[in-house]
Amino acid sequence: MYIQTGVRTVKIVKSAQAGSLESCDILISVDPAKEGSGIKINLESPAKTQFGDLILSEIKEVADRLEITDVKITAIDKGALGYCIKARAETALRRGAGE
Amino acid sequence: MKFVKNKVGRSIPEELNGKKLIPFTGKGKGPYKERKYAPKIRRTSPGDGKVLKSLREAIKKGGLTNGGTISFHHHFRNGDFLLNMVCHEIAKMGLKDIRLVPSSIQPINNELLPYLEKGIITHINCGTSGKIADAISRGKMDGLLTIRSHGGRARSIENGDVEIDIAFIASPTSDEYGNINGVHGKYACGSLGYAMPDAHFANFVVAVTNTLVPFPNNPISITQDHVDCIVLLKKPIGDPAGIVSTTLRVTRNPKNLKIARDSIEVIKASGLLKEGLSYQSGAGGTALAATQYLSEYMKAKGIKGSFGMGGATEALVKMLEDGLFEAVLDVQSFDTYAVQSLLNNPKHIEMGASQYANPLSSGCAVNLLDTVILGCTEIDTKFNVNTSTESDGRIMHGMGGHQDTSEGAKLTIIAAPLLRGRIPIVVDDVVSVNSPGENIDVVVTERGIAVNPESQYFELLTKAKNLNIKSIEDLKKEAEKLIGGKPKKPKVTDRIVAIIEYRDGSVLDVIYQIKN
Repeated sequence: MYIQTGVRTVKIVKSAQAGSLESCDILISVDPAKEGSGIKINLESPAKTQFGDLILSEIKEVADRLEITDVKITAIDKGALGYCIKARAETALRRGAGE
Repeated sequence: MKFVKNKVGRSIPEELNGKKLIPFTGKGKGPYKERKYAPKIRRTSPGDGKVLKSLREAIKKGGLTNGGTISFHHHFRNGDFLLNMVCHEIAKMGLKDIRLVPSSIQPINNELLPYLEKGIITHINCGTSGKIADAISRGKMDGLLTIRSHGGRARSIENGDVEIDIAFIASPTSDEYGNINGVHGKYACGSLGYAMPDAHFANFVVAVTNTLVPFPNNPISITQDHVDCIVLLKKPIGDPAGIVSTTLRVTRNPKNLKIARDSIEVIKASGLLKEGLSYQSGAGGTALAATQYLSEYMKAKGIKGSFGMGGATEALVKMLEDGLFEAVLDVQSFDTYAVQSLLNNPKHIEMGASQYANPLSSGCAVNLLDTVILGCTEIDTKFNVNTSTESDGRIMHGMGGHQDTSEGAKLTIIAAPLLRGRIPIVVDDVVSVNSPGENIDVVVTERGIAVNPESQYFELLTKAKNLNIKSIEDLKKEAEKLIGGKPKKPKVTDRIVAIIEYRDGSVLDVIYQIKN
């Protein structure tokens, strides 16, 4: 028997988004995902070659901090800076969690 | 392949495709050849007619074979139809391995892409943008792209680094003996500056026109003694509306307006903004805004300059009309306002590419510039400027007259934002070098102004109290702090797809095929 102890998780219960497609912004959409499927991020960015890994880690960091383990994220970046990406990710995830 | 490091620290192969390369060793060097190139002598006798009915006839008469070289001017910019028309005809004739020498490739030329992939076009000599540039970055052309400045292109044609078999000149009007101007006719494009070296040094010259006027045409920009035949077409050679479509309008972005204003403050602090000023700027949105600020200041202070040069834009022409300059020297008319001015205003002077910027000539106009405001895609802590490649390694642009004006002018200002999106503009090392740092005096960003310690204006400008002076390293660090680190370097293969020449013919840098 598998008993989960001490791990709190927040569930994404509905589709939600935050941000925009304006220059220097990012549009982040979140969708519910099956339990155990993990954090899946689909990224489009004009600077994917130079900053793709950094953007993915910034989004993942927010999801981890909010204790979300299973979610499908689509991010369409228009050259946003890190603080903007983190703010948009947090808003989208909180909306998806029904807050 | 054996490599040597040039003066800007780039590794240049000693030889490429059987041709010896000369590494860049600093400005003011050369000439590397003793004599100019001499084209074939042709004869047109009394009674010989010159007017032909089709491009094919002209291509045959010019004797184009596989491996041949053809040239074009790009004064119609993104409204040019002739380069595409001629290439389609060449493809239909079954010719291959053709070398193109246009003065620029514009997005309208994207339809030539299959010819690169099929080996019909194998070499391109010019600045390139759009899908063609992207395809070259991905290794889809057999041969090499050679990126030259406008002055460097004129030099390469005059010293025979490039031998043109046929020059095709899109001619707004021509008479039946080949006297051409660009200011009359339904399809006027203004100055024919870039076509002039081609007309003088090609082995066969074809004027292509929709408007045949009675002899003698007047004014004459390119004269009959250089023109072997005239092709009269019904299909338009170009659309003048396309001239402005790839240049920008005056910026309304507050960040760029600040950069434009500060650029003029730098000129003021240098002491050059006085009676007799000579000035050039690009046609980008920030440069156009700077020209407007300059105009307002000169008007308010009653300062009269000597000449404005370009890329003639409406903004520059209006300064001429307001009496702020004695003359405008025009190698390329950037909008219909400038085209009309070249037609009507005797103080608006047409200028050939060599006269404008050829360093290996008896004197070009850029040598007489006080100041120039230019842009960049990147600038590094050594003040080297990149205009051709994006920070992901792809070729995206040419370089216009960047090298020429930056070497020629007393004070060269780079006006650029610190970041574009998340991409830093001030970096440790530019992806590729188009203008060496020794040509650059100042870089103006919205977050500060850096002066090159090598500049003769260093003391003067760093003391100016109204300028937000920072070191170039500090600007770079500020950019890195905002973006949270350094961008990843582009991944490239070991195949060279392009070389960037300095205006004298030595090599500044090479560009490698990108991965994926």
